[in-house]
Amino acid sequence: MIAELGLAALWLAAALAVLQLVFGTIFTLKSAEKAEFSQIVRPAAAMQGVLCALSFLILTWLFARTDLSVKLVAMNSHSMKPMIFKIAGTWGNHEGSMLLWVTVMAMAGALIALIERRLPERTMMATLAAQAFVGLGFYAFLLFSSNPFERLDPPALEGMGLNPLLQDIGLAFHPPTLYFGYVGLSVAFSFAVGALLTRQVTPDFARAMRPWVLGAWIFLTVGITAGSYWAYYELGWGGWWFWDPVENASLMPWLAATALLHSVSVLAARDALRAWTIMLGVVAFSMSMVGTFLVRSGILTSVHAFAVDPERGSFLLALLAIYIGGALLVFAMRAGSVTEGERFSLVSREGALVVNNVMLSAILGVVLLGTLYPLLTEAFDVRVSVGPPYFNPVSAIFALPMLLVMAVGPLLRWRHDSAKRIRPELILIAVLGLVTLAGVVAFAGIAVLPTLGIALAVVVIVASVMPLRGRKLRLLPLATWGMVIAHLGIGVSLLGMASETAFTQEKLAAVKVGDTTQVGPWTVKLDRIDPVAGPNWTALEGVLEASYRGGKPVTIDPQSRNFWSPPQETNESALITRWNGQLYAVLGREAGEGRWQLRLWWKPLVTLIWIGGMMVALGGALALIGRVYTDLRRRRVMRKAVERRSEASA
Amino acid sequence: MKHWRYFLPLAVFVAFVGVAAWQLTRPRDDFVHSAMIGKEVPSFDLPTAVGDRPALSTANLKDGKPKLLNIWASWCIPCAAEAPQLARLQEAGATIVGVAIRDRPEDVAAFLDRYGNPYARIGRDDLSKVQLSIGSSGVPETFVVDGNGVIRYQHIGDVRPEDVQLLLSKLEEAKR
Repeated sequence: MIAELGLAALWLAAALAVLQLVFGTIFTLKSAEKAEFSQIVRPAAAMQGVLCALSFLILTWLFARTDLSVKLVAMNSHSMKPMIFKIAGTWGNHEGSMLLWVTVMAMAGALIALIERRLPERTMMATLAAQAFVGLGFYAFLLFSSNPFERLDPPALEGMGLNPLLQDIGLAFHPPTLYFGYVGLSVAFSFAVGALLTRQVTPDFARAMRPWVLGAWIFLTVGITAGSYWAYYELGWGGWWFWDPVENASLMPWLAATALLHSVSVLAARDALRAWTIMLGVVAFSMSMVGTFLVRSGILTSVHAFAVDPERGSFLLALLAIYIGGALLVFAMRAGSVTEGERFSLVSREGALVVNNVMLSAILGVVLLGTLYPLLTEAFDVRVSVGPPYFNPVSAIFALPMLLVMAVGPLLRWRHDSAKRIRPELILIAVLGLVTLAGVVAFAGIAVLPTLGIALAVVVIVASVMPLRGRKLRLLPLATWGMVIAHLGIGVSLLGMASETAFTQEKLAAVKVGDTTQVGPWTVKLDRIDPVAGPNWTALEGVLEASYRGGKPVTIDPQSRNFWSPPQETNESALITRWNGQLYAVLGREAGEGRWQLRLWWKPLVTLIWIGGMMVALGGALALIGRVYTDLRRRRVMRKAVERRSEASA
Repeated sequence: MKHWRYFLPLAVFVAFVGVAAWQLTRPRDDFVHSAMIGKEVPSFDLPTAVGDRPALSTANLKDGKPKLLNIWASWCIPCAAEAPQLARLQEAGATIVGVAIRDRPEDVAAFLDRYGNPYARIGRDDLSKVQLSIGSSGVPETFVVDGNGVIRYQHIGDVRPEDVQLLLSKLEEAKR
């Protein structure tokens, strides 16, 4: 009965979406005579959010109780699983994750309906109609081809379990975070389409759209950073980015959203880059959908191995064609009538942001091409796989100049500036960069890309705090703090990436109990091998004593785990984190004669990659709080003014 | 058209949908096929895997008669599943030679006792050397080799009932 309730809530939500689409469209077309129609659209959007949330909670409840009469639960869960993984298992499968997608989308729609009051009513209704239109496709996808509430008759005696790799605390947070990001961008998409339809691309529109872009972007940043760390310690391969199609699927919306974030600021502050901003608004969410399609349809192979189904692939492709194709068509027809807005000179804040946008788009193009390339060549029966040798250097060609501009851009003024005014800063940055470069070349002797990376990281780190010079820090707007911290985070992360790439030391050894081995500054002793058991696995645990430069030994215990439902072997790596890097240990198989395979890495400064990523997200959060706070204050001031005026007239 | 550049993104997207749709309609082929197809089997000379059957060497493959070269092992469960199909192929006139991978003579004998012996010859490949040299990545796999020792076709995985006819026709083709 409970499962049917969830399904009914979903159908009702879909019906409300139809209502929202129809009435929103009619209002957009004939707002003069159908003014009362807008009274229906907002509540419909809000109720949709409530119903979807209810449906999702019901599915979570079914997973928590391991209701084996529900097919999805029987296929993906197991009664012996720890509770946290039962709950996380709700979205650890295709149907559940699509329900999460729809839920987040409906809740985002509900939020705009409830709180957005700045846009003209027509644009608002067009936006909500667009949101409902996109939502409907995904309701249809869920209800017709991926029903999460399908029953199993007779019920299963026991569930089939969840992939052990997914039984990790990372899973509880990584996919939902990314989904908030992907789907949050749907709001930007709907705003863009709404504004195109009513031709009202104004700074007010940009200010309404900005918090949504920022919010989605923060979630994407956190999701990608956390996903990278999760892959790093869970897969036991010691790598943090593999240019895998699924990773690219999350990186592409992030790149587009980053570009959008900056161009929307130009539009809000200076009323320029109108068509470009709209275009990015469409592209950002399109990248989320294209990514989802590539991953779910199975036309690209990936380590992520989602449940793959060609029929679902066709469904998703049809949705893509309708939404992205439709939005791009509207863009093509209307963008010409959206005037370009204010002019500015190349040496100015806007100029730097345009360069940044062009470079980000170029990187997006590079990643997209690399991801799709195997698909293209397969058309000519050539099988290729595109990996780091393409992605790293080609994206660096655009990333390096972009980061340089990012270092300088915030020092420039809006509209018009001259390089002369900031000459001391430019000289300082150039000298610092060249000295670091020379130092690294002279003393480290590492590959070209990491060398440039380290020099550039130093430049970015120093330059990104420069906007603080000569300002009263207490009076500095929160949004400016956000920018400074986010840019600083990029520098910190870059330093970590370059250092990890250049200085990692690896050791693969077959060690007897009691023996020691060396990796970098670490001495590692295999103390003993213990059998251990968990709730649904058994494992061999290597107890290692690791000491850094002969210091006090620290015990770590990497495991080689055997899960029994479903049967699978995984490696649980063990880490020692120091301020200057991480020791990463993986226990392999017994190599015969009482020897055990040990894989050890010393990765200097590797943690900076994720610390930097989190700083970027924190910067975004500060900017978001700052913007929302300013907005609320402005709203209060305006309301007071209106009250005063009405009192005066009364 | 004054604003033709605004149509560019749409054009790119349409091209993407075209390629993706075309890819979706194609049957998926997740196998990595041997690079040795169309080439001569690298020369080998294996000892016999079981007492009562002759050993296998490249010379046996070049006697002018097309053969099925079956890569298998007694420890492999799909190999047991394909045994009835191999028997049918043999009844239909195919000559099957086997290469037993990483196996023990007593296990091979027990397997043949239990599931029947369709093989004219069985070589013993303890270190998978022959298997790797002909580009096979697992057991079971079945190769069609023509009378000159050239690999004409590779079947990956167990031979299912529906594959028998195809293999027979490939053998027929290999005669030409």
